[in-house]
Amino acid sequence: MLHNHFRAALLVALVACVPGSVHAADEPFKVGYVYVSPIGDAGWTFQHDQGRKEMEKALGGKVVSKYVESVPEGADAERVIRELAQSGNKIIFTTSFGYMNPTLKVAKTFPKTDFEHATGYKTDANVGVYNARFYEGRYLAGQVAGKMTKSNVAGYVAAFPIPEVVMGINAFTRGMRSVNPKAEVKVVWTNSWYDPGREREAADTLMSQGADVLTHHTDSTATVQAAEAKKAYAIAYHSDMSKYGPNAQLTAVTHQWGAYYTKAVSDAMSGTWKPGNVWGGIKEGMIKMAPFNPVVPKDTQDLVNKTAADIGAGKFHPFTGPIKDNEGKERLAAGKVISDAELSKMDYYVEGVQGKLPK
Amino acid sequence: MEHFATLVALTLAAGTPLVFAALGELVVEKSGVLNLGVEGMMLTGAVVSFIVAANTGHPWIGVLAGMAAAAALSIAFAVLALSLMANQVATGLALSLFGVGLSAFIGLPYVSIVIEGIKPLDIAGLSDLPMVGKMLFAHSPFVYLSLLLFAGVHYFLQRTRAGLIVRAVGESPSSAHAIGYPVVRIRYLAVMFGGACAGLGGAYMAVAYTPLWTEGMTAGRGWIALALVVFATWKPWRVVAGAYLFGGVTLAQFQAQALGATLPSQVLSMLPYIATIVVLALISRDATAIRLNAPASLGKPYHPES
Repeated sequence: MLHNHFRAALLVALVACVPGSVHAADEPFKVGYVYVSPIGDAGWTFQHDQGRKEMEKALGGKVVSKYVESVPEGADAERVIRELAQSGNKIIFTTSFGYMNPTLKVAKTFPKTDFEHATGYKTDANVGVYNARFYEGRYLAGQVAGKMTKSNVAGYVAAFPIPEVVMGINAFTRGMRSVNPKAEVKVVWTNSWYDPGREREAADTLMSQGADVLTHHTDSTATVQAAEAKKAYAIAYHSDMSKYGPNAQLTAVTHQWGAYYTKAVSDAMSGTWKPGNVWGGIKEGMIKMAPFNPVVPKDTQDLVNKTAADIGAGKFHPFTGPIKDNEGKERLAAGKVISDAELSKMDYYVEGVQGKLPK
Repeated sequence: MEHFATLVALTLAAGTPLVFAALGELVVEKSGVLNLGVEGMMLTGAVVSFIVAANTGHPWIGVLAGMAAAAALSIAFAVLALSLMANQVATGLALSLFGVGLSAFIGLPYVSIVIEGIKPLDIAGLSDLPMVGKMLFAHSPFVYLSLLLFAGVHYFLQRTRAGLIVRAVGESPSSAHAIGYPVVRIRYLAVMFGGACAGLGGAYMAVAYTPLWTEGMTAGRGWIALALVVFATWKPWRVVAGAYLFGGVTLAQFQAQALGATLPSQVLSMLPYIATIVVLALISRDATAIRLNAPASLGKPYHPES
């Protein structure tokens, strides 16, 4: 069905090219999105789709956007991206790491189309990359956890031991220990981005070992629900999940892509778009904290808001030395700020995380 | 010790969806039919129970509806595989793929809905007893239901005439036919029972264990249930033991991780599979016994005329 849809779009595009039927001037600017999972109600893809809607709203009737969801990373992705380019989309956002090579490949054959690839690192004449500094939000989440825990143990349900996730664990731990030096973080790896049952089991396990604040780097809402069921606290990730845990969720680290999409699309419309390498955070509005649960005391809220403002203003970096790993080895000298290159290949746990990082 | 009680409770909760689905499939296979569509039926049971629970506000009505829907889906399998003699393996695989897609499609408007799930028991006085309370009286009602189902299936197959007939149909459908039993009708009933049980397992996940609906939420548990039946050599108690072992080792590896175990997490993730296979292979290593337990006509189509 999807395929036919594209074929129809392709046909329309071809007809539009026939001399006499050209009316490009008043045609809306076309924007395409490729999503790796169903949009759903919370999570990675949901946030990108929220961003797409914000962009459409901000640019009024001048743009039409179209998305294709649940596109597997690999050969299918190339076909979908190519079809989006062929059907006249002028800028195409590919929102998963595994779309990197397909995006680059298609971009070569459509030099007049702009491409933006999320979380990748390879750029080209018409391919830009963008990502968010999720760790900034993690640090703030850690501060909330450190203030709210009674057992001084937080539990972290994590998917795969890759730098992106490890960075988040470390930022969370540093945030937590910045307000509560006795705090420890226990990590359980589910080896799956998405398996609500296992996430639930991992969360239950962490709580059975004394964790009273949970957070997660997996895609479902199961961790927040598990915390709600056991009357523990949770800090959600990707999206605000308060309706799944109205008492449990203290706040959430949310991704906001709307402003970025609006800017990229309007640049593309005016012809000023350039392939960039954007890694935005609180400052750029890409990372926002969800509203605090009323149980979080006022002074804690103020502290977190102040830290957020400092990070946004560039006055504070969550990874400022001294940084010791959890085996006692110094990784960054006092007063130094970690470089983006070091961050993006982080392969150790900082002090305060229990256990050993699986290799 | 309190910690041990928690572990027991978590293990039972984790193993329960497998117990339902595998016991259902066991009866199906005992009747000589191989239905590989368990995953699809579980998902259908999950999505329908969730939708009905969300619309009526009564999760238990949802559970019944989920069982009915999965049973209905299994009838589609039965029509193709039993009446039209289609290849059972291919039909079962198609059923799984179909169930995955169907559930994703009809569940689409429900991914954002929050329901009040079925909570674990909380019996005043009993559930709060130290140790014993947590181990015996504070589980989800589904856990007790799964144990009842085990007792029922075991009794039915071993002690009742009807159970004997089902087994006879699975061993030698032509003999059963010759003495006057309606082979195809009995197989239909067995397939529907298996469908309802798979639906119950899915419903447990969607309205009790993780009360939410998302695409593919059973994440392969239907396939594990299928494997359990074979590794348990078609013995109900081994199926149940295997399901709890799988759930228990999954949790044990999470516990080990949270305690700071140094094994790679990928290896720990493999453990439940390895442990279950090894243990079940060991307790059922007697080749003669396997031959005796395995339904002799498993997966073979039966033509009543011939």
